[in-house]
Amino acid sequence: MVTVLTTVCLLSGALLSWLHSLTAGPVAAAEREARVGAIAEVLPAFDNDPVGDAVAVAVGGEVDSVTVYPARANGKLAGAAVESVSKDGFSGEIRIIFGFDASGGITGYRVMSHAETPGLGAKMEEWFRMDQGRRSVIGRNPGGSPLKVSQDGGDVDGITAATITSRAFLGALQRGYEAFEQFKREEK
Amino acid sequence: MKLGSIIYNGVVKENPTFVLLLGMCPTLGTTGSAMTGLSMGLATTGVLLCSNMTVSAIKPIVPPAVRIPVYIVLIATFVTALQMLLAAYLPSVNATLGIFIPLIVVNCILLGRAEAFASRNSVVASAADGVGIGIGFTVALTLIGAVREVLGTGRIFGAEVYPEEFGSLVFVLAPGAFIVLGFLMALYQKLFKFNHSPNQ
Repeated sequence: MVTVLTTVCLLSGALLSWLHSLTAGPVAAAEREARVGAIAEVLPAFDNDPVGDAVAVAVGGEVDSVTVYPARANGKLAGAAVESVSKDGFSGEIRIIFGFDASGGITGYRVMSHAETPGLGAKMEEWFRMDQGRRSVIGRNPGGSPLKVSQDGGDVDGITAATITSRAFLGALQRGYEAFEQFKREEK
Repeated sequence: MKLGSIIYNGVVKENPTFVLLLGMCPTLGTTGSAMTGLSMGLATTGVLLCSNMTVSAIKPIVPPAVRIPVYIVLIATFVTALQMLLAAYLPSVNATLGIFIPLIVVNCILLGRAEAFASRNSVVASAADGVGIGIGFTVALTLIGAVREVLGTGRIFGAEVYPEEFGSLVFVLAPGAFIVLGFLMALYQKLFKFNHSPNQ
């Protein structure tokens, strides 16, 4: 009895560790590819390697740092992709990569992972780039005053019936923008 | 028993979703669209085929007292292996199904078939049972997913049928899963006219 159970467990363990070593490389490669694809998508034109030049920036003394992927063209800073996280969503973490041009204008974004409600909060993947009403954040610059949803007195139309997600999204955006500004200050 | 009749049994007569009502957690949780339902069905079919065959192959050496722990270790091994392979080679599928892949371990279809069928039949018959039940599960999940996707978002497999504004959001959310499952189950009973009264 004990022998059979032990043998089965040992064999299973051996099989899994072999598979793990086999797939570890491709798993890491797939994750890296998804990140590089998102960074290239949100950034203005660049000729450096933003992933290789990545810098971790701690915003306002917080423990968790934000990763900034700087984009350079002809040696000059053309903008950056910033991987920002919000914990204020409806459920779980929202991880978003934002693209900024050199002056801080938003060039694009890609939601990397989230656990918001399908059909409601999950709409943020497209909502904030829709050219409809005041939804889109593309081309805006959060430098003057932070972007806020209309319910909070701002001028961004939040997702219908998902204001919590909308706030979390704009919170992550603000955090990303601050990290980019701090990165620019530190670089000078 | 002929292999064809074993497969027919799994797909129609003992359809895991519409007749046995097993594995309701992934059925309700992953059928927000036809594509996720189909992926979940295929993933479960793969694990079920492997676990059924292995359980059947090792049944002479497993003492009855420890058979359940052995089955669970085997199923968990196959599920973990599947998750690693998906993360490595199909990362988008892995991202959509997320937590539901590890939860295949506790899908009672797997343990149910191991105990009720594979531990009593030959490897080949068990493989046929795995394929049959797997197809039945996949078809059911894809159907529920397709109905929910059409009613909720106006699309099927991502292709637009009618504008999204006319869709009813409730079908994409959890209550819609229960509603669609109930109606499909009723339709299934009507079509195949099974009578499960104890008198027969």
